[in-house]
Amino acid sequence: MNCRSEVLEVSVEGRQVDEAMLALVHTILLHRSTGKFHYKKEGTYSIGTVGTQDIDCDFIDFSFVRVSSDELDRVIRKAVGEFKDAMGNGTDGMGQISLEFYQKKKSRWPFSDECIPWEVWSIKVNVVNLANEQERQICREKVGEKLGEKVINIVEVINRHEYLPKMPTQSEVDNVFDTSLKDVQPYLYKITFQITDTLGTSVSTTMRRLIKDTLAL
Amino acid sequence: MDSDLSPQDKKDLDKFIKFFALKTVQVIVQARLGEKICTRSSSSPTGSDWFNLAIKDIPEVTHEAKKALAGQLPGIGRSMCVEISLKTSEGDSMELETWCLEMNEKCDKDIKVSYTVYNRLSLLLKSLLAITRVTPAYKLSRKQGHDYVILYRIYFGEVQLTGLGEGNHARFQTVRVGVVGTPVGTITLSCAYRTNLAFMSTRAPAEEEGGYTGVEDSQEVCTTSFSTSPPSQMGIPGKEGGVPQQVPVQPCHAAQAEHARASSCLPNDHVPAVPSGSGEDAEASSRSTDGKSVSPRDVMETTFTRKVGAFVNKPGTQVTTASLDLPFAAFAPRAYDIEENDPMVQPPESPATSSPLQGSLHSQGSGESGVPAQDDFVMVDFKPAFSKDDLLPMDLGTFYREFQNPPQLASLTIDVSSQSMAEDLDSLPEKLAVYEKNIDEFDAFVDTLQ
Repeated sequence: MNCRSEVLEVSVEGRQVDEAMLALVHTILLHRSTGKFHYKKEGTYSIGTVGTQDIDCDFIDFSFVRVSSDELDRVIRKAVGEFKDAMGNGTDGMGQISLEFYQKKKSRWPFSDECIPWEVWSIKVNVVNLANEQERQICREKVGEKLGEKVINIVEVINRHEYLPKMPTQSEVDNVFDTSLKDVQPYLYKITFQITDTLGTSVSTTMRRLIKDTLAL
Repeated sequence: MDSDLSPQDKKDLDKFIKFFALKTVQVIVQARLGEKICTRSSSSPTGSDWFNLAIKDIPEVTHEAKKALAGQLPGIGRSMCVEISLKTSEGDSMELETWCLEMNEKCDKDIKVSYTVYNRLSLLLKSLLAITRVTPAYKLSRKQGHDYVILYRIYFGEVQLTGLGEGNHARFQTVRVGVVGTPVGTITLSCAYRTNLAFMSTRAPAEEEGGYTGVEDSQEVCTTSFSTSPPSQMGIPGKEGGVPQQVPVQPCHAAQAEHARASSCLPNDHVPAVPSGSGEDAEASSRSTDGKSVSPRDVMETTFTRKVGAFVNKPGTQVTTASLDLPFAAFAPRAYDIEENDPMVQPPESPATSSPLQGSLHSQGSGESGVPAQDDFVMVDFKPAFSKDDLLPMDLGTFYREFQNPPQLASLTIDVSSQSMAEDLDSLPEKLAVYEKNIDEFDAFVDTLQ
């Protein structure tokens, strides 16, 4: 099965990174989360209810909707925070957050479970630094519009109704969904990020190359 | 063809489509109420949350939607539309967007109704939640209150998009929220939104925009419009539920330093809508030549005309006090008989009952009474610097506006016929004598200040 991959690019100012990432990641997760499953005896299940919440951004003229789950929000904020820290402060730079939805496939011993991605969202961020307040004000509005366009792109992709994992039986549910949260159940996902240094090469690819070279000896 | 669909599936599908339509309307209207929506997730299914989403049902909205549908379902050729428009406190309106729930003939026979269609409809609702925050009308609706309100209208049948743009070319963009294929057709949900938000007043004497009359007419013909604005704005019942009424004239303070605030001296204490630059000024000044300016106790007669500096006297609209040789003559109150004929001062005949819908459609904030007006302009909301636009009953903007108009100083209400000024002048020597006597007291006082 092919994993579909979508790329979103935004240019933001330093202090907008958090909110821009949160807005996009939460918009995607809104569509990729369901209510908690409750399996019943006959093999059927019922689904809990997902609430939603409007969030206003402070540094961007933008509002977005996320699922009402403080737990999930904390997890996402933590990941985005780490990304922001890795991007550094005050310097221009580029980075990318990847939100990957995957399925676990149980393998026989001694092999560990495989993680098979079925949808990957790569959000590329280009951080710029602005000189004065007027530019920042314009940036607020422009980034708000851009994020609006990205939300429309996300919705477009989601509505193609392409591959989604089959609804699992009770024993398989942890291979498809993240059941660790109390109130909602997103598909299994992981968030990773890469920072590109100003030279344009990605740090992780450099490391990978070094290791490969070493092993090749 | 329905022949492939089992009766149970058909029944389920009809139910899904019906509730999907109702929930769609709820999402759209709630997104234009002007407040942030927050619903809770619940891990135990309650059985009443359609599509596994916590979307509140505002009864009036459901009622209106059901009335528009009149027992039918959206189908091929029968679209359900929600039209969002903006109505200023002086009566001008502008269509902002139209959300269309349509069905086309493309059928997906193999799809499972109770499962796949249901889940995809749920996904479509989530997409709708996301997209309703992205179109330009969202920001406008969050700022509604004093200058304008957002209205919605639900209709069923043919989609009407003519109100979204003026002139020969339509100025609107379309965003597709999504599609869901079903065995009887493909449901599509999209939004056409106006891109040209430059406000054109319908009050300009000659040009009546065709689009506006169209909207007004269609509001007559089709289902009623209801405001999504706070209940504090008393409404004209029935059609425009949210239009603020005129309230009695209040006295205005004379001194208005900024040009931008000049308009607050308008009768009825209308919230100023002076944009910081721009084209609306030109329209406003053309409108203002109507001569609608007077407020009985108003001292700043000249501030009704835009583009005229504050305190400038305009001949014709002015009263004779200006010709009197009095200091601050411009601040003297005008003769009262002018106000009798002034349409701006007499409220229109609309009854004072508020729309029955106001109660449930209100947001917590902006509790301030929307003020009226027959004013020249609208559209700009006053955003005080550094003030957070919280939905508090007394936000900074409201406070500022209210306290901008304290009652007149007694010393400035000069009765034209009296000789008080002369008397004052005469009594001056006596007063001076008294002060000279108490000069030591004054000196001591001054010392304490140092």
